[in-house]
Amino acid sequence: MPSRALILAGAAYAASALAFLTLGARGDWGFLLLFRGEKLLALSTVGAAVALSTLVFQTITGNRILTPAIMGFDALYVMIQTALVFLLGGVGFASLGALPVFALETALMVAAATGLFTFVMGRGDDMNRLVLTGIVFGILLRSLSALMARMIDPSEYAYVQAASYARFTNVDGDLLWIAVAVVLAVGALVLAQARRLDVLALGRATALTLGVAHERAARRLMWLVTLLVAVSTALVGPIVFFGLLVSAVTYQIAGTWRHAVLLPLSALIAAALLVASQTLFERVLSLQSSVFVVIEALGGLVFLYLVLRRTPR
Amino acid sequence: MIEMSGLSYAAGGKAILHDITARLPEGRLTVLVGPNGAGKSTLLALLGRHLAPGGGVIRFGGRPLEDWPRAELARALTILRQATRITPRLTVADLVAFGRYPHGQGRLTPEDRKIAAACLDRMALTDLRDRQLDTLSGGQQQRALIAMVLAQDTGTLLMDEPLNNLDLAHARRVMQVLRERAAAGRTVVAVLHDLTVAARYADHVLALRDGRVMAEGPPDAVFTPARLAQLYDAEIEVHQIGGRPVILPI
Repeated sequence: MPSRALILAGAAYAASALAFLTLGARGDWGFLLLFRGEKLLALSTVGAAVALSTLVFQTITGNRILTPAIMGFDALYVMIQTALVFLLGGVGFASLGALPVFALETALMVAAATGLFTFVMGRGDDMNRLVLTGIVFGILLRSLSALMARMIDPSEYAYVQAASYARFTNVDGDLLWIAVAVVLAVGALVLAQARRLDVLALGRATALTLGVAHERAARRLMWLVTLLVAVSTALVGPIVFFGLLVSAVTYQIAGTWRHAVLLPLSALIAAALLVASQTLFERVLSLQSSVFVVIEALGGLVFLYLVLRRTPR
Repeated sequence: MIEMSGLSYAAGGKAILHDITARLPEGRLTVLVGPNGAGKSTLLALLGRHLAPGGGVIRFGGRPLEDWPRAELARALTILRQATRITPRLTVADLVAFGRYPHGQGRLTPEDRKIAAACLDRMALTDLRDRQLDTLSGGQQQRALIAMVLAQDTGTLLMDEPLNNLDLAHARRVMQVLRERAAAGRTVVAVLHDLTVAARYADHVLALRDGRVMAEGPPDAVFTPARLAQLYDAEIEVHQIGGRPVILPI
């Protein structure tokens, strides 16, 4: 029952949010709720952005083991960080305002993705070519980052390293509200396209037969995916496998192919998973490191499982 | 009515179709025949606007095909393609209901449901309506796809190898449906490999080889041993059994 899955995911999210806000709380509740509330909002926003972008990307590409990170987004993010440290030095990089860096990162990522789509899709609709170009693009960017990293002072490279892992410890408050607004707006636009996504899931030939201009629809949706990935990456750093973990769980429990259910369900599952894991990490295990280290490892295992499961028997 | 004039198409630097000029009239079942690689599926994809021609013009309903808005075209013309992605968990009834998407953008009216149910029944799929597509055989999936295309209820049907994976009884059923649609004044075009079936049901035959029209006309005129030998580079016999042509390679 799809509606039951949605209700259960909503309840799981509410329970994990409540635990995150209240578990081990001592002192001024007003301050505590504000402090923890901001972090909860960051976790939920990033979870929703990763979930929606992965699900839409997988529908367009017709491949449930791909994530937008395959298009080289994480590599681009790391290269931007490395280039900034390389050009400005560690202190110069640290003194940059969070907002300008955020705007620059988002603009560059959207521009790179647009260039990629125009270059590849301008030569006909070929999703395989797009994905392969994305992989090559990622390798190129990683090579460039490695080259610059070799030329950076080792002590300054610590700034690059610190910025290259997903973290929730130092999310800027102003950035958070911008990210929330973008994710809400893009999420609403994606949800409004739910029926069209159902048709796109049937592949290019059937979508065209049913009157959906496949190339145009896919390009527009890829823009929205880009925006979601750019915002979440710029906010908390690169996240590679978490989307895969969320989409695999969503398809498993949704019991439907309808995007009107899959989209909100994936966002709720992602947010619930992130918040519950962070609660466990911070409040129960009293660990200070980012929960993403564990979640990414888990996502990597899911990726391997999905790939191996598809091996012809 | 579909009219093609000087139609050509190339892919990867290789010419697939050369200077095709033909008319596909309303109220008739036109069958495209020819050896593998002759350009039949490519021609159908061009007519369905799944590919853009390299040269020439296609006119559909009196205006250039590219002038038709995609959504409006889907209410007037449908095409069964060989490449279709099967979404996990999609049932037969769900897929057939997608045929009504061009009419209501996914919001099904009682009339839509009635049409979808009739198409399920026409393809003998009512008992399988709640089965997930990925649990069905190739032939059952093919029937579900044909039912979806029929549910679009368009004036023009382009069918690329509709008999793929079908047994004799279901192949007969599909050809009867196509004949009925043609008799009702619709334009029906099908790519077929079984020449006996083509001779039995077609009003008009377009024979392609190496991207060119080699012969065109009623089945009796096209399906002669000499023409078929030229078309397929093989010796082919045409027998008359019970007044109907049976075409066999020697």
